[in-house]
Amino acid sequence: MSDTVIQNPEPNYLEYQGRYKGIFAWIFSTDHKRIGLLYLYSMLVLFSVAAILGLLMKIELIAPGKTIMDAQTYNSFFTLHGITMIFLIVVPGLPAVFGNFFLPLMIGAKDVAFPKLNLLSWWIYILGAAVALSAQFFGDGPPDTGWTFYAPYSFRTGTNMLPAVTGAFILGFSSIATGLNFIVTIHRMRAPGMAWMKMPLFPWAIYGTSWIQVLATPIVGITLLMIVLERTLQIGFFDPALGGDPILYQHLFWIYSHPAVYIMILPAMGVISEIIPTFARKTIFGYKAIVVSTLAIAFVGYFVWGHHMFTSGMSGTALYTFSILTFLVAIPSAIKIFNWVATLHKASIDIQTPFLWALCFLFVFMIGGLSGMVLGALSANVHLHDTAFVVAHFHFIVFGGTGYAFFGALHYWYPKMFGRMYDKGWANIGLAVFFTGFNTLYLPMFYLGMIGMPRRYYDYVEEFHGPNIVSSFGAMLMISGLIIIITNLVRSARKGEIAEADPWKGKTLEWTVASPPPLENFAEIPVVTKRPYDYE
Amino acid sequence: MEKEQHTHIVKYKTYVFVLIALLFMTFTSVAITSLNLGPYTVSAALLLAGCKSLLVLLIFMHLKFDKKFYAIMAASVFLLLGCVIFITFLDYLYR
Repeated sequence: MSDTVIQNPEPNYLEYQGRYKGIFAWIFSTDHKRIGLLYLYSMLVLFSVAAILGLLMKIELIAPGKTIMDAQTYNSFFTLHGITMIFLIVVPGLPAVFGNFFLPLMIGAKDVAFPKLNLLSWWIYILGAAVALSAQFFGDGPPDTGWTFYAPYSFRTGTNMLPAVTGAFILGFSSIATGLNFIVTIHRMRAPGMAWMKMPLFPWAIYGTSWIQVLATPIVGITLLMIVLERTLQIGFFDPALGGDPILYQHLFWIYSHPAVYIMILPAMGVISEIIPTFARKTIFGYKAIVVSTLAIAFVGYFVWGHHMFTSGMSGTALYTFSILTFLVAIPSAIKIFNWVATLHKASIDIQTPFLWALCFLFVFMIGGLSGMVLGALSANVHLHDTAFVVAHFHFIVFGGTGYAFFGALHYWYPKMFGRMYDKGWANIGLAVFFTGFNTLYLPMFYLGMIGMPRRYYDYVEEFHGPNIVSSFGAMLMISGLIIIITNLVRSARKGEIAEADPWKGKTLEWTVASPPPLENFAEIPVVTKRPYDYE
Repeated sequence: MEKEQHTHIVKYKTYVFVLIALLFMTFTSVAITSLNLGPYTVSAALLLAGCKSLLVLLIFMHLKFDKKFYAIMAASVFLLLGCVIFITFLDYLYR
């Protein structure tokens, strides 16, 4: 992309000592790379907690009846698992960690457009997380509504709803500020010569995502505020007893929360679009088609929210419309899959850990996407709605999509972020155990849903026992894989081999600076003369 | 990447006129609730709110003086919102 490797005499961002020392040098730093790592560490802690909750739920489901927890505890566990995973990890995940760290590097900028706003976003994130999680420890017991806070139950339950809803509301501001920052950065700070069609695909994905963050998040913010007002002031927005409409809540919630799925998946697609050409040693097939499909997903993704509500009692006209639109949104997603596969055709593939993560992503994302088509069909949806099938589909998309891309990104950019290489053998073993566990955990849930097992119940009839044992075993295997992966990465940050500036022979700008990058990224802003994946 | 633009300085007089217009429309919005317009009450309130937003966007947020590109982007957002409202009403009008 740029012709020369720029060596910078400046200290790298990990060694730089500014005004503050110790932990304060991190939590008051406006450097985009340090902020990216702050998000990473925060999310790692929260992810561990939420994953353990998930494991405990699967242990509860290993046998019918009460195993290790009662029904109310199970309800609060799936609520906390959902709130933490969605609002604190998956929605902010890739943009906040890798967008922050790599967007400026990939477009040839020294930082984001508003570094102080960037730091403020992280502080708001921490505040939102603290408020949301405080619901577990104070008041009338942990919330039990599920992460969707569906009305009218969310203002009739006696549990501690307000902090959870307020926390999610606060987190929205962090998301909006980050999105705004990235949009301005991409518009105003691209390196000379980097025309829109010379921009790498990860920044493109971040750009599409940021627009969704800015435009859709206020809707959920207002909706959550309406719940607070309804609970505290008895204003009838959603409660039929007060003259409200509970389906209106579902509309408003999903008008945000479905585009939020694309906030989760678009950056993941961006990561895969970086990894595949790098290890295929080949220009990505259909660059423009991928860009257009990114924007098309961001746009059409706004209009499909109703497929979460097929059994809610919507009009027939709305049902048909949402079903058709849902099938339409699959087209741009499929375009990306075809382009990635076409890139691999006749390529000289270098099989490394990040590439294996990308391949696994393709496998699980395809299953997630195609099962989404099943749910998008009205007739099948009526049968499968609120069953374990939906949980399996959702996890194949969100964990299989965003989660795999997140770990793929971590293994891809790790040497750049920390200046050290992880143990590749252990990384591959971890992935193999994780991938086996993941499929053992979630594939039986498709079957369980089809034979009628409802979601969000701590108990079930004997008929569902066998697949649940397999699924619970899969959960344990998957967690074992995660432990191997995370231990390897944590250990390697201090003890791994020193990494080269460009260990994967990548062509985008982040590989032209030293590993770890200098504080201000580039001694001189690079001039871009080539397209981003120029392997010819 | 993008070239620097000329800064357009808006006269204070214009800002004052816009402020007065905004205040006038706010009072009108409040006053209109006392009239019995039936089903048009919400439409009237939304129309006034739309005019106020347009003034803020054009003058205070400088869309009028900025590149056409930004005006198109802002208009696209409203188009998107319009589509969302239209689709929502496919449920409410045909339920």
